[in-house]
Amino acid sequence: MTDLMSSDIHFVRASVLEEQRPPTRLSGPLLWMRENLFSSWLNSLLTLVFVSGVAWVLPDLIHFTLVIPVWVAGSSKDCSAELLGHPVGACWGFVNAHFGYFLYGQYPDSERWRVDIYYGLEAFGIFWILYPKAPFKGAGLAFFFLVFPIVGFTLLSGMPSIGLRTVQTHFWGGFLVTIVISTVGIVASLPIGILLALGRRSAMPIARLVSVIMIEFVRGVPLITVLFMANVMFPLFVPDGWRPDSLLRVLVGVGLFSAAYMAEAVRGGLQAIPRGQYEAAQALGLGYWQMMIKIILPQALKIVIPNIVNNFIGLFKDTTLVAIVGIFDFLRTIQASLADPNWRSSTMPLAAYIFAALVYFIFCYGMASYSLAMERRLQTGNRH
Amino acid sequence: MSTQDIARHTSLKVVFYNDPKIRSLFFQVLLLVAVVALFWFAYDNTVANLKKRNIAQGFAFWNVEAGFDISQTLISYSAASSYGRAFWVGLLNTLLVSGLSIFFATLIGLIVGILRLSKNWVVSRLAGFYIELFRNIPLLLVLYFWYGAVLSSLPEPRNSLSIPGDIWLNSRGLLVPRPVFLDQFWVVGLSFAIAIVGTFFLLRFNAKRQAATGERLPAGWISMALILGLPLFIYFLVGQPLGFDLPVKGRFNLTGGLNLAPELVAMVVGLSTYTAAFIAEAVRAGVVAVSKGQSEAAHSLGLNDGQTLRLVVLPQALRVIVPPLNSEFLSLTKNSTLGVSIGYPDLVNVFTGTVLNQTGQAVEMVSVTMLVYLTFSLLTSAFMNWFNTRVALVER
Repeated sequence: MTDLMSSDIHFVRASVLEEQRPPTRLSGPLLWMRENLFSSWLNSLLTLVFVSGVAWVLPDLIHFTLVIPVWVAGSSKDCSAELLGHPVGACWGFVNAHFGYFLYGQYPDSERWRVDIYYGLEAFGIFWILYPKAPFKGAGLAFFFLVFPIVGFTLLSGMPSIGLRTVQTHFWGGFLVTIVISTVGIVASLPIGILLALGRRSAMPIARLVSVIMIEFVRGVPLITVLFMANVMFPLFVPDGWRPDSLLRVLVGVGLFSAAYMAEAVRGGLQAIPRGQYEAAQALGLGYWQMMIKIILPQALKIVIPNIVNNFIGLFKDTTLVAIVGIFDFLRTIQASLADPNWRSSTMPLAAYIFAALVYFIFCYGMASYSLAMERRLQTGNRH
Repeated sequence: MSTQDIARHTSLKVVFYNDPKIRSLFFQVLLLVAVVALFWFAYDNTVANLKKRNIAQGFAFWNVEAGFDISQTLISYSAASSYGRAFWVGLLNTLLVSGLSIFFATLIGLIVGILRLSKNWVVSRLAGFYIELFRNIPLLLVLYFWYGAVLSSLPEPRNSLSIPGDIWLNSRGLLVPRPVFLDQFWVVGLSFAIAIVGTFFLLRFNAKRQAATGERLPAGWISMALILGLPLFIYFLVGQPLGFDLPVKGRFNLTGGLNLAPELVAMVVGLSTYTAAFIAEAVRAGVVAVSKGQSEAAHSLGLNDGQTLRLVVLPQALRVIVPPLNSEFLSLTKNSTLGVSIGYPDLVNVFTGTVLNQTGQAVEMVSVTMLVYLTFSLLTSAFMNWFNTRVALVER
């Protein structure tokens, strides 16, 4: 290039731009609205469209769910606009009437206090582990992963020798089954997932091969096919006399499925730990398991807490699929109640599904918020 | 230097059970034996159980007459067709619902993701609400909602809801115009293919010319004119070889058109509204991952907003967006198995459901179904590896 001023340089502007007016000075809410809602004609249009959309839907929704609903009902007749002679909103009476069924399934009325204690123990254990300031974390982990599963199982299924009547698993149902499946999924998937992740990164070729096949196979197929496998193939795999319980079969399927996903989350954490940590541990003379348990895993798991919690959210949502192989989880009990001839009505499903969505949303959003808060907390710890 | 080397060089006597090599070998053999024993245990029991229950083995059933009907078939099928034919019907139904849902989910996801990034407070909050809502409720509930609460409360055919464009909505599903291709339509298809090839060469020529002279043609407009204009021109030239069979509303019913069953509509609407939330989140994460310095640098080089987005931000954002997008597509395909819960005849419903119930051959049915989905997932990861090597950062 010989002449830099020549006009055939296409990316250099040839003419001087006109002077522009200084920006208008505004402050306070007006400035905020101008910058956030009406910064251009397109933005203003979007604001108007969306605000009017909300203004159109929200009052109707509030009217339907909170102003004119039926709070108490004995059957769908109490919620019918034709029979009552005035417009009615959501039939919350449906939820009210079936609340016990949604919460406990067909668990016998006289024994439901056992489920309440189970819920209480679980909440206590989760709080112990997750609340950052709670003391004795090690004891909390031991409680949740060792003591609680045994106590919980004994409590729910009963033990006649200590005076607890046996309640067979086909009486369990509703939210209880949702919670049991997700808890077993969590309690089983974490240790198995860690083992699989360690196996996948192991120096032993056979351990690596077995882990990779297991992880990739399970992650490559839909949960429903795993549940079908657990339901129809698992009984064939064991001697004829065993007849594994239907809930147990599903629990095995869900546990293995979530373990494979957990393994990938944990592997991400293991990969993020610098080599120096491994070498330093080896230089100190620690063996493989000492190195993993004392040095590597505590750091790796801490990094991937958000991913682990995301897996838990997915697991909690996926528990709904057990309905397809005939287990009465929370959503299935709602479906079953909707099919009850006494409660048949075309408007009933809407109210029921809004209630179900609210329940799932509260739990999942709670977990997501916790994971977000944890992420922030951990970030500050590493900031330079 | 590894432990063995130290042991060798210093001629330390290591007891054999402390030798890492022997230990590793021992544990691997132990693992192998355990796995083989587990499989043998399962195999042995299965054979014994099948014999005891008088269940056939093998794939002889594939050519046996199925004897059941399927509500939605893309290829000719009747109760007299074979189980093998039913498998293909189910597979095609799965592919149909996945393909349609992927298209709509990507569309909605892109829009919501972009709206989420908007500087407009109201718009981004509403998009965020959409994302949070669908990410935090189970897909099955979404499907039940569309199928059980929305579609089932639609009016009878005689009171069908009309949607502009000759589309009707009623409790029996969605009626849309059925395209009827006449004989000469292949010419239009051919011209479309020619236009695409032409555009490809035009873009290459344009890139070369820009590198040599610095000038570029308005390639976007030219290629759009080529791709849209040429087939349209040919279409009118050969005398409009495409007709539409429109649904016509009679007194009690609708006739003609293409009837999409409510199960299909619920599946597509449910899967796409649900997956769109995850796609929107991937899009947002991808655009946020491109640092602000990149667009500032592009602006200071004199690129305008459109060029900055197209030439600088998008190529970098896509590198982040495509992997999660792809895994969302895969999980959407896997999630289409939920069709079984509302009666959509997908592969799982037809094969692992009806065929399994009739033949009782659980092992074969579940294995074949799993194999199909494993193939999908292997194909996806093969594509991902190809893509990752293509777009990987080339560092000096």
